[in-house]
Amino acid sequence: MEKAKLMEDLKKQIIAQLNLKELTPENIENEQPLFVEGLGLDSIDALELIVLLQQEYKIKLSNAEDGPKVFKSVSTMADYILEHQAEKA
Amino acid sequence: MTNHKKIFAYCVVRNNAVSKNGKVLFEFEKGKNADEFLLAAYQHFAINYPKFYKMDNLCKLGIIATEVLLKDEPAINDPYATGIVLSNSNASLDADIKYYDSVANIPSPALFVYTLPNIVIGEISIKHSFKGENAFFIFDSVDSSFTAQYVNNLFDTTGIQRCICGWVDFLKNDYEAVLFLVEKTTVLKEPEAFTKENLNNIYYTSNGKS
Repeated sequence: MEKAKLMEDLKKQIIAQLNLKELTPENIENEQPLFVEGLGLDSIDALELIVLLQQEYKIKLSNAEDGPKVFKSVSTMADYILEHQAEKA
Repeated sequence: MTNHKKIFAYCVVRNNAVSKNGKVLFEFEKGKNADEFLLAAYQHFAINYPKFYKMDNLCKLGIIATEVLLKDEPAINDPYATGIVLSNSNASLDADIKYYDSVANIPSPALFVYTLPNIVIGEISIKHSFKGENAFFIFDSVDSSFTAQYVNNLFDTTGIQRCICGWVDFLKNDYEAVLFLVEKTTVLKEPEAFTKENLNNIYYTSNGKS
């Protein structure tokens, strides 16, 4: 899947999964930090993002220590998904 | 120093309407469901608290009722001065059912964190930076006698200067919040006294209670 399309899908899925009803995909920058100073997500949201990866992309985060790197931004999430999809192919 | 406690304000949310001190401030179409009503009330009162969307319905109801209750009331700077004592009959069953349903697929952490009724006290406390004494009780129905006794005891034995107390209940499409803002006072008129009779009078006569 093309990364740009994947990032658009991710933005919609993040908004739906985390109930960020005041946001639209256009409000989320590709490189914008998801936590703290960026979208202001918290630790429960991080767990929801892990669930999102499992539900939508059948990817289990194998190493919890990878979390901060994977969930840094929409762009890093897309890279992680593409990397896993390439490995499966 | 006298030891009277006064009902300074009260807020009632039921039957798709929100009232404060007997005056209806917001009414929503009667046929609409509770989810739609809570969102419309949140928008009407311009609460502007993005975390609202992530909360379960019990917390949304408690947040809206508290916002209206405290609106235009003098603030107290001491975070430990405000106590919260709430009760209901359905505990967190509304959130429990939704979490149970999610377990069939992948359990939702965001639903799980609301599977305790006292979380609504936590959400109110976080939003308003309250750190005073608090408690949540489960009863079959409103028990104003217990509430009056317990809150009076909190005033007499702890450092609270005011208390948010009352009933906040949500299950599926049935909901009800009746909250009181109680403070110590030296001057008291009988209808404002913090007594079980006055609590019951407000609870049973506001916003079309049937």
